[in-house]
Amino acid sequence: MENILECRNLTKKYGSKVAVDNLSVSVGSGKITGLLGPNGSGKTTLIKVIAGILNADEGEVFAGGSKVGIESKKVVSYLPERPYFAPGMKVSETIKFFSDFYNDFSRDAAEEMLKSLDINPDARIRTLSKGNREKVQLVLVMSRKAKLYLLDEPMGGVDPAARDYILKTILKNYNEEAGIIISTHLISDVEKVLDDVIFIKNGHMVLHESVDDIRGNKGKSVDSLFREVFAC
Amino acid sequence: MDWKFNNDSPIYQQIMEQIKAMIATGVLKAGDKLPSVRELAVEAEVNPNTMQKALSELEREGLLCSKRTSGRFVSDNPSNADNLQEEMMMECIRVFIENMKKLGYSMEECIVLIEKHWKNNSL
Repeated sequence: MENILECRNLTKKYGSKVAVDNLSVSVGSGKITGLLGPNGSGKTTLIKVIAGILNADEGEVFAGGSKVGIESKKVVSYLPERPYFAPGMKVSETIKFFSDFYNDFSRDAAEEMLKSLDINPDARIRTLSKGNREKVQLVLVMSRKAKLYLLDEPMGGVDPAARDYILKTILKNYNEEAGIIISTHLISDVEKVLDDVIFIKNGHMVLHESVDDIRGNKGKSVDSLFREVFAC
Repeated sequence: MDWKFNNDSPIYQQIMEQIKAMIATGVLKAGDKLPSVRELAVEAEVNPNTMQKALSELEREGLLCSKRTSGRFVSDNPSNADNLQEEMMMECIRVFIENMKKLGYSMEECIVLIEKHWKNNSL
């Protein structure tokens, strides 16, 4: 199996604060991996480095088969923790924006998903609720035929029914050669769609295991293991 | 199909148990064609790899079989359903006996209780 993501001795600092500390990890294609850790553990920093939004201070990152840069950005679809579209844009304009920007974007897929989420393409971003803004952003990101999807808190602001829809959307749209990395606090909601989980704490990886093994060997859910490992 | 998962055991094992229950109770019959892995995964809201693993294991146990190009079917072996039904029956009885023993009931008391409550639908 080809590795869709490989980080080697990755370090990222903000001034003297070390956010990601000499972290090495590889993720195979065809897998959905949960990136889990408490607030401030380095999840978002790690994802941003993989997406090419931040530069690593040390180490190397390969995403979708190439070193992070222009080539990797063509095949990596990144959902940031906060939607970034200008409030004055119409939903339909964000679709146009994505289809101009990314060759692998499917306009039909995006329009169909927005329709089933009951989001009006003529609405301006400003008029949408926080949850609906997040949904628009996720729809755009999942409408790309990427090799690696990086989803930073994809369900933070949406209601449980929409969470189910989002999970189904993710399951339906990713192809078996692609990989997905989901960072989230809503572990029990995503647990059943994950192959593997990565736990990080203070920028270190503390565990990288399959969900089946955790449940099979430890007899507990990932959610309860998380509460144990990160008990305050 | 209505899928429910608990937090105690691997999801693929729970999928296997639920498909076995459907075969035992005749919801799935010998020769029935199953939806694709992707369709089942979306329906159960689980990872397609997990669904694939469950179905492969059921194939290995001889309960499902796949025909190249045409998909995956419930095996054409009528005794499978009977065997599964018996397995599930044994499991129910085992749990019942274990729990009643813990509560301090004797076998004779259990038999009387079952006779008394068997037709009582309000239970």
